[in-house]
Amino acid sequence: MKISIERAALLKAVAQAQSVVERRNTIPILANVLIEAEGDTVSFRATDLDIEVVDKAHAQVERAGATTVSAVMLHEIVRKLPDGALIQLSDDAAAGRLSVQAGRSSFNLATLPKEDFPVMASSEYTANFSARAAELRRLFDKSKFAISTEETRYYLNGVYMHVAQGEDGPALRCVATDGHRLARIDAALPDGAQGMPGVIVPRKTVGELRKLLDDDDAQIAVSVSETKVRFATPAITLTSKVIDGTFPDYTRVIPVGNTRRLEVDAAEFAKAVDRVATVSSERSRAVKLSLDEDRLVLSVNAPDSGAAEEELAVAYGDERLEIGFNAKYLLEIASQVDRENAVFLFNSSGDPTLMREGNDTSAVYVVMPMRV
Amino acid sequence: MPAICRDCLACLDDAPARCPQCRSPRILAHPELFTLSIAHLDCDAFYASVEKRDDPALSPRPVIVGGGTRGVVSTCCYVARISGVRSAMPMFKALKLCPEAVVIRPRMAHYAAVSRQIHALMAELTPLIEPLSLDEAFLDLTGTGRLHHAPPALSMARLVRRIETEIGVTASVGLSHNKFLAKIASDLDKPRGFSVIGQSDTEAFLRDQPVRILWGVGAATQAALAQAGIRTLADIRRQDRSSLIRRFGAQGERLWQLAHGQDGRRVLPDAPMKSVSNETTFNTDIADREALAAQLWHLCETVSARMKAKRLAGRTVTLKLRRADFSLMTRQHGLHEPSQLADTLFRAGTDLLAGITEPGPFRLIGIGFSELSPAADHDPIGDLLDPAAPRRAGAERAVDRIRAKFGKDAIIKGRGLGPSGKG
Repeated sequence: MKISIERAALLKAVAQAQSVVERRNTIPILANVLIEAEGDTVSFRATDLDIEVVDKAHAQVERAGATTVSAVMLHEIVRKLPDGALIQLSDDAAAGRLSVQAGRSSFNLATLPKEDFPVMASSEYTANFSARAAELRRLFDKSKFAISTEETRYYLNGVYMHVAQGEDGPALRCVATDGHRLARIDAALPDGAQGMPGVIVPRKTVGELRKLLDDDDAQIAVSVSETKVRFATPAITLTSKVIDGTFPDYTRVIPVGNTRRLEVDAAEFAKAVDRVATVSSERSRAVKLSLDEDRLVLSVNAPDSGAAEEELAVAYGDERLEIGFNAKYLLEIASQVDRENAVFLFNSSGDPTLMREGNDTSAVYVVMPMRV
Repeated sequence: MPAICRDCLACLDDAPARCPQCRSPRILAHPELFTLSIAHLDCDAFYASVEKRDDPALSPRPVIVGGGTRGVVSTCCYVARISGVRSAMPMFKALKLCPEAVVIRPRMAHYAAVSRQIHALMAELTPLIEPLSLDEAFLDLTGTGRLHHAPPALSMARLVRRIETEIGVTASVGLSHNKFLAKIASDLDKPRGFSVIGQSDTEAFLRDQPVRILWGVGAATQAALAQAGIRTLADIRRQDRSSLIRRFGAQGERLWQLAHGQDGRRVLPDAPMKSVSNETTFNTDIADREALAAQLWHLCETVSARMKAKRLAGRTVTLKLRRADFSLMTRQHGLHEPSQLADTLFRAGTDLLAGITEPGPFRLIGIGFSELSPAADHDPIGDLLDPAAPRRAGAERAVDRIRAKFGKDAIIKGRGLGPSGKG
């Protein structure tokens, strides 16, 4: 194999590859990226056995071929080469070396045989559809903060993407929860997604997917089966296993009878929560909300460290209510609001609280209170 | 040189071979005898001694206190030790060494009651008592001389005599200028011993001791030290302090200090409890997950009852399993809110158990709470995905009230009806 490629194109491809490879892996080949050159394209394939990403870039291919080399090392080299450089990669299969040359720099990297590289088995997808990058970005960005990190509840370690009946008809829905907060985000159901099986997209895949979604108008080809999900742009294909588990029935968790309505400027609210939480104890981070006629008092009382209080003018017309929350959880859901006021719907101080943006029900958040 | 007679408690100015008053040979003499004030008191073969006290027929026979055929020796009397039996030895091995031994199941509640009596006697000497277990404690007697009209050494000699005559078990004392040395001293002359390590003889005493006598140096640290060519305290003392710190971090600093006989730890009464846990060794190894969970429930109830009695709540749950080859495995789970409920503990424990892919079998299971804090006057609200948690908490509290009124067995959960304890 012998190719010449622009630094920018190579950097982009290798950056994606090196973030997929598992750094702590004990199987050496999994730290490598498989480089395959043919025609006028070169593809970079990386995998951790759960996720596979293939990135295609244009290159001048003098001699077709393939090899594997450390993804992290190649990325570091390319990153440090000057902008605009033309990089030449050529492998010497007999010596087991890949030479990287740019200007006066030259590197010789150890390779492993391409035959040893595990390629993810292809599978039949039961649903194929196309979605706008901006739409997918909203679905995952607004839900991923609620993904659980608890390994004992592995089925919560991802975003549950499925078809559901939304307020305005059938929807492509993403739900994530860690048991303390929950995010439920809807988008109009794209053509072809109707028969899609519900899948739990793992946290790491959500992170990798995000890199495909920067261009608002790009169309992302989505393919879903019971065991795998694939997201593809013309240049990048991300294939991932899904979490083998049953996502809990979240519908019974979303409160429907909460009537006490608080409307507040989300940004002001978040800043105030952040300020008073400064004195809260490291572990509990509890903030108390005291609601009265058009008045909200946020307070923290941590016997060991101190106390803080802040008053906000809000729209609230129900009877007095005192309720506590984890400050971090409040901040995270408040920061999901970007267009209108945040609307909180409370029941009692021991019941889950619902939050949404204005009257928009396409993004709904639930947060569990804490005793304060 | 100041001396005391440990039998008639006379204070002497020199150290004769026998007490001029009572002719006892148990004379204790040391240049610093009347100035040292940190003591470590350790009862001799405590559980076995209590059993022998309660049944004098046992006194000439080897007695082993420990659990079942699968258990280990918790304590063995000095007669059994002649045959080579040691504590923490597996029971089958102990019985091979000493087949004629009388094996007694531990009666922990009874030993705890005796321990409380001893503690009461200690409390007459000083409020600064730091119990390490049922049968040993540190005492700081600094400044008690005028109150008791006796130097600390004499107060301690009186104390062990009272423990012998009033309670009926023997104890050994170590007296020194810090906890580390006091604890080592109490072990030097067991049983019925009284050893003193003063400032002046600290260095000579420590010189050729192996590193394992240092507090906190177990097999792993010993191996690491041996790698560095360090086997005795003299080896440590030859090292440069800063190079030890570079190599072993904070532990290096501690090793250096201890090897020089320095230990700044104070005697802390009621050192706050760090964890509450319980464990059980099975009669036969168990692989079946249902059976393990059934055992776990009994442990959870015991732990929770202790937590409730002490008004503590814990934030971390630790599950412990011992494999058939004795190797240990632990798994931890952080709770969202501190809890003291058996229900919370059991659910976290079974989740952790479910996450263990090893098929087993296991010989021991244990569970406990750590990261303790005072319990709030309410139970956690629970979890979005577990909306029944508050109701289960309410049910557990109701069960507790019924038990408080009618006894522990008045009401039992269905899953608690299986064989308890062993299985």
